[in-house]
Amino acid sequence: MYRYDEFDHRLVNERVAQFRRQVARRLDGELTEDQFKPLRLMNGLYLQLHAYMLRVNVPYGVLSTRQLRKLAMIARRYDRDYGHFTTRQNIQYNWVSLEDTPDILAALAEVEMTAMQSSGNCVRNITADQYAGRAADELEDPRVWCELIRQYSLLNPEFAYLPRKFKIAVTGSPNDRAAVAVHDIGLRMHHDDNGRAGFEVLVGGGQGRTPVIGRTIRDWIEPEHILSYIEAILRVYNLYGRRDNIYKARIKILVNALGIDKFRELVETEWAALRGGELTIPEEEIERIERYFAPPAWETLFDQGEAMRAQAAAEPEFGAWLEANTAAHKAPGYMIVNLSLKATGHEPGDLDADRMDRVADLADRFSLGELRVSHRQNLVFADVRQQDALELWRALRELGLATPNIGKLTDMIACPGLDYCALANARSIPVAQDISRHFTAVDKLHAIGDLTINISGCMNACGHHHVGNIGILGVDKQGQEFFQLTLGGASDQHAALGDRLGRALPQAEVPAAIERIVDCYLDLRAADETFLDTYRRVGIKPFKAAVYDDTAEVRRVA
Amino acid sequence: MTQVLTANRLGDGQVVFLTADGNWSTAIGDSLVAADDAFAEELLALGQRAERECEVIGPYLIEVRQEAGTIEAVAIREAIRANGPTVAYGPA
Repeated sequence: MYRYDEFDHRLVNERVAQFRRQVARRLDGELTEDQFKPLRLMNGLYLQLHAYMLRVNVPYGVLSTRQLRKLAMIARRYDRDYGHFTTRQNIQYNWVSLEDTPDILAALAEVEMTAMQSSGNCVRNITADQYAGRAADELEDPRVWCELIRQYSLLNPEFAYLPRKFKIAVTGSPNDRAAVAVHDIGLRMHHDDNGRAGFEVLVGGGQGRTPVIGRTIRDWIEPEHILSYIEAILRVYNLYGRRDNIYKARIKILVNALGIDKFRELVETEWAALRGGELTIPEEEIERIERYFAPPAWETLFDQGEAMRAQAAAEPEFGAWLEANTAAHKAPGYMIVNLSLKATGHEPGDLDADRMDRVADLADRFSLGELRVSHRQNLVFADVRQQDALELWRALRELGLATPNIGKLTDMIACPGLDYCALANARSIPVAQDISRHFTAVDKLHAIGDLTINISGCMNACGHHHVGNIGILGVDKQGQEFFQLTLGGASDQHAALGDRLGRALPQAEVPAAIERIVDCYLDLRAADETFLDTYRRVGIKPFKAAVYDDTAEVRRVA
Repeated sequence: MTQVLTANRLGDGQVVFLTADGNWSTAIGDSLVAADDAFAEELLALGQRAERECEVIGPYLIEVRQEAGTIEAVAIREAIRANGPTVAYGPA
């Protein structure tokens, strides 16, 4: 992984010292809250429903075990013994105090971490495929480019006051696990006929109250020009993006207002002036960053598929985990392992301090001392020897991190919702807990197959409900919490926004409604169809009837 | 409308309520209750002074209901804010 050089260290330490002085001035009353708020937000510190919340960046979701142990220490010493992993592959602490925050930031700086630009109208944490550099289906390692973009955008004075926040994601695999189409800029890496890498650039995707699937602004750009091209986009946005209305300030609104062709024209004009200039990335610099992400010295191993299948036959629970929670690695004899933070009844994405330490120990033992955070709020061990699978599974099961549900119905994304968030209209976590307690049978989950449920507690859509195969949106109806369902959303390479199913339901009715939707799919599906395949083939009507039409229900049961 | 004054403590961010002795408590049950709007406005003025004095941030009034000696926020949001998350958190 990337390691700070002396400039990085100095920059981060200076920032911590600066914030320490700002906090002291705030506590002394030299700064009012109005003056201080933008300063604390620049350092990732929000005031949420109950307390201050600190959002710490995990650049493109990659963590060393040293960093995870530090995160555990912070949870223990400064928070309430846990942290919450987010859809930007970051971690949030929900109960920190303002007085402690400079010390927390100093502790993070010791392990090359920051909270800079985790909030505010700037370029946020660059996200990537959680299997980056390891997935069997990958063309290029996106982390190299994420790191280059991170360095370029960190404290870049030209883009410190964008009209609104700005999110960039990169995938180096044709199977998009990074949801790039719902980002302000999404980058997809491809190979040309000569095997040379390049980027397809998507722009203007996003969720929130105006969800938009990003459109391709350029289908090919050479890697050395990616920063100048991003700069051209940011400049056009910075100049023409709206600042008069917070709800219309994201780049997607600008792209929609101008039309993609006009927007492209403006960007290309800007880029013509920038192209070949100082933002052209020298080959040595690309190689320098690539070295940080060079594959580790994998052992020469043979595929253990057969041995694992035999173990799975002897231990079906292990088999279910193997099927759902592991993915193909590019090196023979290795595998990628997902740690589910979605055990039955658990709060999606939360992990307590003791288990952070235990996970760090396991990552040292089984995965070369590194792990990843996924945007679906799980953790990943990217370099596990297949011969260790059974032992690792046993250890993870003991920690409650081996629920075999990755990509399945109970692997839900949920925002913190009204239990924590000052903006929410409804609670998300209890809905996720209800659903997970309703669908506990592993056989049924596996029979249903791949199906994502994403839950947001308000239209800001932090829980990605628009792109869940089943989306759940919390709404407030005269002081009561109700939940609006959408079907057919997807965030992969065939990204789509969900369609509204019908009237919103009270919380108590949500799990039964999900069950009706699932049963309807199981009735209608052809051969190997996933839920999404069936939905796209048959449309929303039968699902609508299944949920709302009691006569249809009676007929089906009869 | 029966109301109490709430805010967040500046130093640690905790949710607090103005009490009869002019202090701030983390328990809504300790609140000084304003039975009418005029008194509520006086509480708000006290809160704004405490904000200027860097004790709390963002003071505002919330509607409460008093039953059998308890004080409860009327709106769900305020009840959750006063009583904490409705879900368990941290180590099991």
